[in-house]
Formats: sequence, structure tokens, C-alpha cells
Amino acid sequence: MLKQIAATGIKTEAAPQPDEALRAVADRLGAEVLQYFDGALTIRHVDAGSCNGCELEIHMCNNPYYNLEGLGIKFVASPRHADMLLVTGPVSRNMEVALKRTYDATPEPKLVVAIGDCGCTGGIFGESYASCGRVSNVIPVDVTVPGCPPTPLAIMQGILTAISGGKR
Amino acid sequence: MKLEGLNIEVAPIPGAVPGYRAEVDAAQWIDACRQVAEQGGRLVAFWGSDARNEGRGFAAHAALAARDGLIVLSLPVTGTSFPDISSVFPAAGRMQRAAFDLLGISAIGAADHRKWLRHAAWTEHEFPLRKDFDAHHRSQGTGHVDGYPFVRVDGEGVHEIPVGPVHAGIIEPGHFRFSIVGETVLRLEQRLGYKHKGIEKRFEGMTLAEGARLAGRVSGDSTVAYAWAYAMAVESAAGVIPPPRALWLRALLLERERVANHLGDLGYLGNDAALAFGLAQFMCLKEDWLRANQAVFGHRYLMDAIVPGGVARDLAPDAMGGLRYEMDALEATVTSLKSIYDEHAGLQDRFIQCGNVAPALAARLGLTGVAGRASGQASDLRVEHPSIPFRELEVRMATHRNGDVAARVTVRFEEIFESLRLCRLILDRLALGEPVIEVPLPPAGAFGVGWVEGWRGEVFVALETGPEGRIRRCHPHDPSWQNWPLLEHAVIGNIVPDFPLINKSFNLSYSGQDL
Repeated sequence: MLKQIAATGIKTEAAPQPDEALRAVADRLGAEVLQYFDGALTIRHVDAGSCNGCELEIHMCNNPYYNLEGLGIKFVASPRHADMLLVTGPVSRNMEVALKRTYDATPEPKLVVAIGDCGCTGGIFGESYASCGRVSNVIPVDVTVPGCPPTPLAIMQGILTAISGGKR
Repeated sequence: MKLEGLNIEVAPIPGAVPGYRAEVDAAQWIDACRQVAEQGGRLVAFWGSDARNEGRGFAAHAALAARDGLIVLSLPVTGTSFPDISSVFPAAGRMQRAAFDLLGISAIGAADHRKWLRHAAWTEHEFPLRKDFDAHHRSQGTGHVDGYPFVRVDGEGVHEIPVGPVHAGIIEPGHFRFSIVGETVLRLEQRLGYKHKGIEKRFEGMTLAEGARLAGRVSGDSTVAYAWAYAMAVESAAGVIPPPRALWLRALLLERERVANHLGDLGYLGNDAALAFGLAQFMCLKEDWLRANQAVFGHRYLMDAIVPGGVARDLAPDAMGGLRYEMDALEATVTSLKSIYDEHAGLQDRFIQCGNVAPALAARLGLTGVAGRASGQASDLRVEHPSIPFRELEVRMATHRNGDVAARVTVRFEEIFESLRLCRLILDRLALGEPVIEVPLPPAGAFGVGWVEGWRGEVFVALETGPEGRIRRCHPHDPSWQNWPLLEHAVIGNIVPDFPLINKSFNLSYSGQDL
């Protein structure tokens, strides 16, 4: 096992820069708040109805190549421990209440990043008897990350944009 | 024509897999199911349709895997009820409940009539898949949170742990109700349907090309399997055969999807048994694999690579050397990781005798796919009813009889090695020629099926066309329908902290069954 670890070496690559184009609304939280998130952000992921493609890429953010946790950003088990919600999918009507409750359970100040084409626009599923469409139709969204699914770098860029708060 | 051991008149369905279709009456419906079951066949899918605006009524359909291939039974429903088949195929239970929620047709004689896909978003008097239901109608619903009568376990010291729909990890939403005593699980009851986003209704009226994109997003982790099954159904309805190069490339994509998912699962199975080393190692391998997908086929998960008529992205000749080199490196690393997993006492202690599904139970309840093969159910479409190119590749099926987490791990390892062998053979023998052909619009009322052994199990698509080559009805079926109920059995008697490990060893799709 040690041999395998040594042979693998360190795979981690450079993190992406924030991209202001991803911002859905002007900073809701001031720079003075955001500076506390930088380097110690906790995220609660909520799948509100995705095809599970976005989940695959969110998982990949934690692989050694991207090493999201190395930036001080980690996923937590409860919204009560979270600073940010990372929401995927068109919001199915069957998940509408659960998503709202998760949002309410997340303490202020909080950020929401919508992941994937479906989270941004409703995507191929759109709005219907069973789908509320985009995430911002149900809860306020700070940053949107398009893609089907977005790459791990794009997801990380979205997260970093949300906490960069115009200080860079 | 007639099939051996089956007393009904069937007509062949053209296409890549041996398929037959029969319109049956209520007595034949039950008899045919019984006969197929007695011969060791299984239920592949059950769905309903509404043809009232064509002067017919509702219909119930069952796709059965029999010795000679796939048999699709269609039963015109008298009024809104049809004879239950869950007494023959227990897996039909949830599918029949879903058919009631969506279409309002009910299985007479079924033991369980609780709602399944319907929560609070629409009422029990509204049926979204009926043709007269407007897809964009936002029902007021029941006006309160989903109420669902879970089965209660009584006894001294018994208590319940409700989990979900929002889970603690990065996973899909669903509700698990554990009844436990101390740490031991007495009963698990699942409540799914949270991700129901109206996929089947969404298909209706789409062009066949639009449908291909949607089919590839029924369950993102199986996008290749769905896209191929859907394309197969379109080609079956249109009566065309894609060029050989397209079929060989599809098989390459399917095996690459299988390897990617198995790598991820093996990593997470190590992690769930507290071996973080395994997760880091396998995730690096998976990342390398996905990057090669991106470089060679233009998408990390190969979405939209398969289209009706062939494949959208051809394989460049100069990319083949790189793929071969990558496979050799992967095989060497997975071989050493397998020996580390095999020899790791702590890991094996968690894997062995955990989450058991005995072969007899698996056979009775219809466990399928990877989990089925780990419980002695020797079924793999690539072996049983191989389409081109699998009939030339002579796929070796991986099976195990122990039915525990360890067996599901072993089957995954073996399937990775077998997929690498197949990928190499495909690269060696890949036919030249066009990768895609034009598919003529099938006439209204054409019917086609697609049936593909995805990484999780058999993915099935039934397709009926309407006017102008648009989709009248499309039913995509995930093997998770069959396997979710077995997970309830697998955890009985295990401790609650082993649930994530057992769950991961099945790794079932929520999106694929919630539709």
C-alpha cells in the first residue's frame, strides 16, 4: 500500500480563478462577511431532482487532482453546519418542500450556488406538472454554473466566485 | 408465430435484439407471465399507455426476458383495471403502483395499492400520463406534505430512524425508514419518487432526435446505456440497422462507461469501510479515464455520443494508441489495488457476510445486473442475447454466489478486467466505414424496443411513434426498479452503520426509477 501511495505521488493541480460572469445577483453578502468564508467554507449539497450527472462531477471535485478540501472547502452532513448550498437539478415538485426546508435550516449568512444547466434554467426537463424548473424559482441563488454536467473545475470556479465577493 | 413453451401468437419486433410482441387477453396475460417465470424468465419492465384518443383504451404492457429473447405483452385494459402480475413477478409491485399514479390503471389482486411516485404535487384524481392531462398544468396538489403509510414495526425497544430525502452525503434524494432494535435493523422501508420530474410526459411530442438527449439524461451515470437502448428502439421502429462501425463504437463507449462507474464504486466501497486510500487511488484512475473520454469522444461521461442511426463522434485512428496505453496502465494499477483490497483484513471484515442476498431470494424477487450476478443470478444480456458486436466478442460473465458486499466488490473487479479485454478486442477489430446513417421517419404507430446491459444492469426502452415521426409514448426502464426492493432485504439483521456500505455496494439510481 505504501509503495502504491509513493508511486502515485501528489496529483493535485492548481485551483481555478473566480469568474464574475457566473454571478447571478450582485453580492448579497458584503466583503467583510465573505472574508470569513475564504479558506473555511462548508457546503451542503442538495440534489433537488438531477439526473445524477452533476453529482458525479461534484464527487470528482474531491478527488486528488482537484482536492477541493485542500482549499479549506468541505462538504458537511447537515445544512445547519453549512455556509453554502450547492443545488443540482431542476427542482422537482416532490423536492420543493425539502429544498425550502434545507434552505431555512441553513444559518445566515448563507450562499446558494446552482449547479448544471438544469439548476440554471430547468434544462431539458423544463417546467411541468412535476418540475419547478430552475433553482432560483424556489430559493434565492447567488451564482449559477452551467454545463451538462459542469466540469469539476467549473464547479470549483462557481464556489470560489460566490465567496470572492469582489475583493479580487 | 409461436415460441416454444408459450401458448400465445407472437410477432417478431425487428431490431438488434431478438424481440417478440403479442396482444393478449387477461387470461393469456397471466398465463404467459407464469409460463415465462416457470422457465426461469424474468420481468424486464412494466408500463401503461393511454390510447383512448385513437379509439382504443388504456393498455398495460409487460416486457419479459424469456429463453428466446424479449417478449412484450400488451393487454388492452377493460375500464381501468387489469390482472396483477406481482404475484408472479414481485418486482412488478412498485411498477404497477407507479402506473396507477401516472395513468390511473390499477392492478386487481395486488397486495399493495399505496401510491408510489405520487407525493403531494398532484391529487389522487389526476393522472399526468393521460393524454388529456396538460403537461404544464400545475396542480394545486394535496396542499400538504406527502403523507405515506409506512409499515410500523411494534415490539419492546423498537424505534424508527427516518433518513432523507436530503441525505448526509453527495447522493440523490430518497427516504429510508429504519425500524431498529439497538443497532440492528429489523426492517427498512424505502419511499422514493422525490426526483420524479415527469420524464415520460416530457418525451411525448418530442422529435426522435430530441428524445435521444432526454434518454441520455434519465440516469446520468448510465447515459451510454440509455442512449444506446433508445437509439436501438428508434432503429427498431424505423426498421434500419446502423453501420457496423457505429455498433462497435457503441460497445466501446458502453464498456468505458462500465469501467468508469466500477472504478468509482470500488473507491467509495473502500472509503465506506474506512479505507480512504482506496477512494483516493480509484478516484485518480477514474479521473484519468474521464479525461481520456473528454479528449477522444468530447465528453467526460460520453453524453450524446450515441444518436439514432449511429454515433455522433467517430474515433480518430491516432487516438487508438493512447487508449491502448491507458488501458494497460489501468489494468496494472487495478491488479495491484485488487490485491491490496483482498489482503486488507479490516476491509474484508466489513465486506464479508455484510448485506447478504441469498441466491434463492435473488431469484424469487428478480435481482438483476451486477448485484444479481453477485447473488448467483447468471444473467448478462451481452451473453444471453448478444447484439452486434458482443456476439463476436464472446463476453465472459462474472458471477458469484455469496451475495454479500464482498461478492459485489469481486464482480466489479472482474467486470473491469473483462471490459478492458473487450475494449482491446474492439480496437483491434473495429470496422471501417461510416459511423452514422440517416434514420427515416417511422410511420405513426411504429413500435420499437431497445435492451442493453448497462453497468448497473439491463436498461430497457420501449418506444411508440406518433404522427410526423414524433414520440407518442416512450418508457425508459432502469434496473434499479428491480433492485431497490432487494436492498430492503439485504440490510435486515445488519447494523445501521453498515447501511451506507451495503447501499453503495448496490449503487442504485434514484433518478432512473423516479422518472
